[in-house]
Amino acid sequence: MERIVLPQIENLHQIDVYLANHGFEAARKAFSLSTDDIIDQVKKSGLRGRGGAAFSTGLKWSFMPKTTDKPKYLCINGDESEPGSFKDRQIFEFNPFQLIEGAIISCYAIGAKVAYLYIRGEYHKWINLMQNAVDIAYERGFLGEKMKETFGTSFSCDLFIHKGAGAYICGEESSLMNSIEGKRPYPRVKPPFPAQNGLWGNPTTINNVETITNIPPIIRNGWEWFSKIGAPKHPGTILFGVSGHVNKPGVYELPSGTLLTEIIENYAGGVLGGKKIKCVIPGGSSMPPLRGDQIEGVRMDAESLKEVGSAIGTGGIMVMDEDTNLLDVLIRITHFYHHESCGQCTPCREGVGWMEKALKRIKAGLGTSKDLDLLCDVANHIEGNTVCALGDAAAWPVKFMITRFRDEFEMYVNKNVVIPVPNKVHSMRDTSIPLASIEK
Amino acid sequence: MKFTFTEENLKRIEQVRKKYPTALAAVMPVIYIAQEQNGFISNEVMEEIANVLDIDKVNVLSVVTFYTMYHTKPMGKYHVQVCTNVSCMLRGAYEIFDLVKDKLGIENMQVTQDGKFSLEEVECMGACGGAPMIAINEDYYENLTKEKVEEILDSLK
Repeated sequence: MERIVLPQIENLHQIDVYLANHGFEAARKAFSLSTDDIIDQVKKSGLRGRGGAAFSTGLKWSFMPKTTDKPKYLCINGDESEPGSFKDRQIFEFNPFQLIEGAIISCYAIGAKVAYLYIRGEYHKWINLMQNAVDIAYERGFLGEKMKETFGTSFSCDLFIHKGAGAYICGEESSLMNSIEGKRPYPRVKPPFPAQNGLWGNPTTINNVETITNIPPIIRNGWEWFSKIGAPKHPGTILFGVSGHVNKPGVYELPSGTLLTEIIENYAGGVLGGKKIKCVIPGGSSMPPLRGDQIEGVRMDAESLKEVGSAIGTGGIMVMDEDTNLLDVLIRITHFYHHESCGQCTPCREGVGWMEKALKRIKAGLGTSKDLDLLCDVANHIEGNTVCALGDAAAWPVKFMITRFRDEFEMYVNKNVVIPVPNKVHSMRDTSIPLASIEK
Repeated sequence: MKFTFTEENLKRIEQVRKKYPTALAAVMPVIYIAQEQNGFISNEVMEEIANVLDIDKVNVLSVVTFYTMYHTKPMGKYHVQVCTNVSCMLRGAYEIFDLVKDKLGIENMQVTQDGKFSLEEVECMGACGGAPMIAINEDYYENLTKEKVEEILDSLK
C-alpha cells in the first residue's frame, strides 16, 4: 500500500534524502504550468481538506481573486488542537520538506508571496524541527529570493512559522488569522470569507497541514493517479490517529474508505484486553460518536460517515471499551469546550457552561431524565447560533452521545423523583412516580 | 519592578518584526521572548512590550489574558503539565494527575514553596497516541505509568 503523506523512507526529514526521493520535482513541474492549470488539477484530483470540513481544496483555491492589487496570503493550519487528533506533528517530524514544497506550489497557484505556518504553542519540539527545515530550505535556495534562481522562475515566496499559545479556538480559520494579526483571536463573522477578506483584509487561503502535504504528489503524479486512491468521493490517503482503549495507538496512513473495524482490529491491534467496543468517536472529540454495535461496515471517508450520522473531522479515532463510563467522558468533553469557548457568542459561552453543570449534577446523583432532555435542548439552541463552529462542536457530542446512548444515560439518572406538576388538579400531591411514565 | 529587554532580545524582536507587515502581529512572539526573559508577564512587562512595538498596552493585555501559555504570575522552575483530556483520561490520566498532586503537595495552578515545581491540568496536547502523557516545560513524556511519572519527578529534584 502506497503512502503519500508519510512515505516509509528512512531519514526523509533530511533534505538530501528528500531530494533523492523526487524532492522538489513537483515544484519544478508546477512552475512550468499555469496557475489555472494547477488549480484545475487539484480540483480534478478530488482532494478535500483534511482539517475537518472536508471541503474541496481546488475549489477553495479558485475563490481567490485573480485580479487584485492587494497582497495575497496562504495560511497553513497546524494548530491541531482537536482532542484525539495528533497527525500533523508526524508531518513536522518525518516529512517537513514535502510540506514546504506543498506550500511553495500552493503559494504559486494562488499567487501568494507569503505563507504563514501556524503551529500550536505546545509543540515546541516540532516547531524547532520545522523551523530547522525551513532554515535549510532557505539556505539551499528553495524559499525566498534564491528560489528564483533554483527553479528558474520569476516567482518567489516566503514561509514563516507562527507559534500559537494554547488556544483551541485558534484552529478555526478566522480566529487563526486574528491570532496571526496579533489581535484577540475571536472568530470573525462570515461572509466575507478569507478569500475576500483574510489576513489584514487581504485575500487569503487557509489549508490544513495534511492537505498542503498532499499537493506535491498530486502535481508530480497527476490528478488521475490521486483520484483513484481510496473512496471516489473523498480520494487519497488519510492520516488516522487512533487513541483510547486500543493495543497499538498511533497514526496510520490508510486509503480513505478503509473500514473502521479494520483500522481498529488490524492496525491499532484491537481493543485492550479483548473487550467489546462501547463507543467510537471517528473524527476527533467534536464529531458525533458512534455506538460500538453499529460500527460494522462503516467506512472512513466523509460521505460514508455522513450516511451513518457522523463526520470524518480530523480522522482522530477515539475508541472506548465496554467498561467506559460515558458520563465521565461527556463531562470531560464538555468541560473542554467550556474552557476553550472564546466568550464571544452568548449561546456558546453560557450554554456550554450550563451543559457542564447539568452533567455534573447528574454525576452527583441529582439528575433526572428531564435533565437529559434539557441537555439536548440546550445543545440544540447552541448549534448554528454562534459565529464559528465551536458552538456546534460543543453541542454535537452532548446531543448525539445522549440520544445514541440514552439507555446508558438513563442509568445514571434518578428514576424516582419528586417533581411538581403545575396546572394539574393533583399538583399538591406527592408525585413520586417513575419518570419513565410521565409524558414530556 | 522595571522591566527592560536585553540587547540580545531586542535584536530578536527586530528579526521577528520582519516577518509581519504590522507591529501588532509581532505581539505573540514578543510576549514569548518576554516570558522567556522574565519568567512571567507582569504589568510592567506588558508596558515594555507595548513600548517596544509602539502599540497600545491594551492590545498586549487582551492577547496575554486570552491564551493559556502566557503566565501572569510566576511558575515553577519545572512547570508540570498533565493532560486529562478524553484520550488520556481513558488511559488513566486522572490517576497520574492525582499522583503528581500528592507528590508535589500542590493543587492545579499552584507552585511549590521552593518555587521548583508548578502544576497545570492542561487540555489535549496532541499526544493522544502516547496517552497518558505529561509535559514538563517544553518536553513531552508519553506512554506513562505511575512508576515512570515518579521516576521522572524524582530525577528533577
